[in-house]
Amino acid sequence: MTTNRESAATRETYGRTLLTMAEEHPDIVVLGGDLNVSTFVHLWRDQHPDRFFDFGPAEQNIVGVAAGLAAAGKIPFVSTFSVFGTGRPYDQLRVLVSQPSLNVKLICTHAGILTGEDGMSAHSIEDLSLMCSLPSFSVVTPADAPETEQVIRSAAATHGPLYVRLSRAATPVVHTDGYRFQMGKAETMREGADVSIIACGSLVAPALDAAETLTGQGVQARVINMHTLAPADEAAIISAARETGAIVTAEEHYVHGGLGSVVAGAVARNHPVPIEMVALHGYTSSGPANELMAKNGLTADGVANAALRVIKRK
Amino acid sequence: MAVVTQPMLSVEEMRATALESRREILKMIFDAGSGHTGGSLSEIDILISLYFGVMRYDPADPKWSGRDRFILSKGHASPGFYVTLARAGYFDPVELGSYRKTDGLLQGHAHPMTPGVEMNSGSLGMGLSFALGHALAGKMDGSDYRVFALLGDGECQEGEVWEAAMSAAHHGADNLTAIIDRNRIQNDRFTDEVMTLEPLADRWRDFGWNVISCDGHEHADVLHALSASNTGGPTVIIADTVKGKGVSFMENNPGFHGRAPTAEEYDAALKELA
Ligand SMILES: Cc1ncc(C[n+]2csc(CCOP(=O)(O)OP(=O)(O)O)c2C)c(N)n1
Repeated sequence: MTTNRESAATRETYGRTLLTMAEEHPDIVVLGGDLNVSTFVHLWRDQHPDRFFDFGPAEQNIVGVAAGLAAAGKIPFVSTFSVFGTGRPYDQLRVLVSQPSLNVKLICTHAGILTGEDGMSAHSIEDLSLMCSLPSFSVVTPADAPETEQVIRSAAATHGPLYVRLSRAATPVVHTDGYRFQMGKAETMREGADVSIIACGSLVAPALDAAETLTGQGVQARVINMHTLAPADEAAIISAARETGAIVTAEEHYVHGGLGSVVAGAVARNHPVPIEMVALHGYTSSGPANELMAKNGLTADGVANAALRVIKRK
Repeated sequence: MAVVTQPMLSVEEMRATALESRREILKMIFDAGSGHTGGSLSEIDILISLYFGVMRYDPADPKWSGRDRFILSKGHASPGFYVTLARAGYFDPVELGSYRKTDGLLQGHAHPMTPGVEMNSGSLGMGLSFALGHALAGKMDGSDYRVFALLGDGECQEGEVWEAAMSAAHHGADNLTAIIDRNRIQNDRFTDEVMTLEPLADRWRDFGWNVISCDGHEHADVLHALSASNTGGPTVIIADTVKGKGVSFMENNPGFHGRAPTAEEYDAALKELA
């Protein structure tokens, strides 16, 4: 089952939200790498040229400069595509940002495989793994535009290294106006006692749809939006294991090192139950985003089938 | 607070200080049983010139916002940096004994947990970018502090150095000065054998930098270069140095890049540095 929802591009929400924060946070500085229209920080560039620096596609330098700016008291927002912002400057993120815990905000767009046609090198399926491996970083994957807005506002108000993972494609809106994002506190979107579906980012909407489908088969699924992977809300994961006895994780990322690994670790350490992981199992080729998602099982049906499988393993 | 309390030294005093610093460097590395000897001995005269002749800072308030910034990009050469920071008053010289020790104040590679250290280091190529961040922040804030970054010559083989060089010129960072410890040796071998750097001055000039050369062991010459810099765009000082300077059998010897002296070598070195 697929619910009809409004769609909005989280990257556009990012650029627009940032723009509204300029006065409240005079220390915000934005750094880009020749992808500023795509990441929507061109909105900031055009309004605040004195608080914007372009470095061209030179990501190691961008992160290094951001670290220096942060050490001097600025709040640097670094934006580029997820593949370029995490992998290329990984050592700079590790040595200059994570180890001294500097206040750098790395807001990357075009994550996952929703970059579709651009193909394998543009598909960012390892970024959560890379960023979750850096001890000081908070890692957040907003599910939709309203959540993105709140994540960006809290980014400026909270000290410390932060990675935010956004998409290129417009993604379904799953939150209403009253929603309040809390860093590190998972959101239970639907109650259920038979199985828990723990999802993040673009898989939250399919998870909700899967839960709806499962109801028709007599299965009540809990749906948790695990927007923050680090620090992970282990209490929510442990409750899900204890109270529903089976877990499905769902993410648009490689099966190693992302949401599935975070959940499996917490479950194994605290309350072992069967887990199924809906995730990518390798690289995928060029194609329209929705076709790639379907081809790789990253759909409501894929999630629902995983739920039925994991319940059998109870 | 804008009070500057560091001691300023005459060139004669710098020379005496350098001799004593070289002994302290060797003692630290000998006591620790490991550490980077050659590059500490090649950089020490530059550091003394900076900290006791040029830079504005307050060791009682290491984070004073108006301070001049020094960034050690070649962070392996931390012993030379540490003896200078101790002498400048950032911490008790007793701490020099904690170098590379568990729970010590002085990490193997310079880390900001040590008062006076601005940047975490140990991975080559990053310091100029970080220094540029400080420089841009200073310009945005209308501060007149200067930012200095010390790089190794082997380090200039890192691509990020040139990304930073290109962008510092583009963004008009005239408050930024890079200093290259041109000792012509890197980790394994002579720099020319590993990867040609020449024409180094032309390369920096082509990237939009003012280039000044000096003798990196003559304090008066280093001071002159440091005062001449700061016009127009960013400035790089290519400081001609000798790796292992001051100890005959360490000088120009690639073998002393990253190892401690033996007991015999240590005794012999101290005699030469008496
Ligand atoms: C990114 C990175 N690669 C390799 C090393 C290992 N390494 C440590 S020192 C060094 C040589 C540095 O040579 P140079 O910059 O000339 O330093 P100096 O001679 O002044 O000590 C190397 C390759 C490192 N620290 N960082």
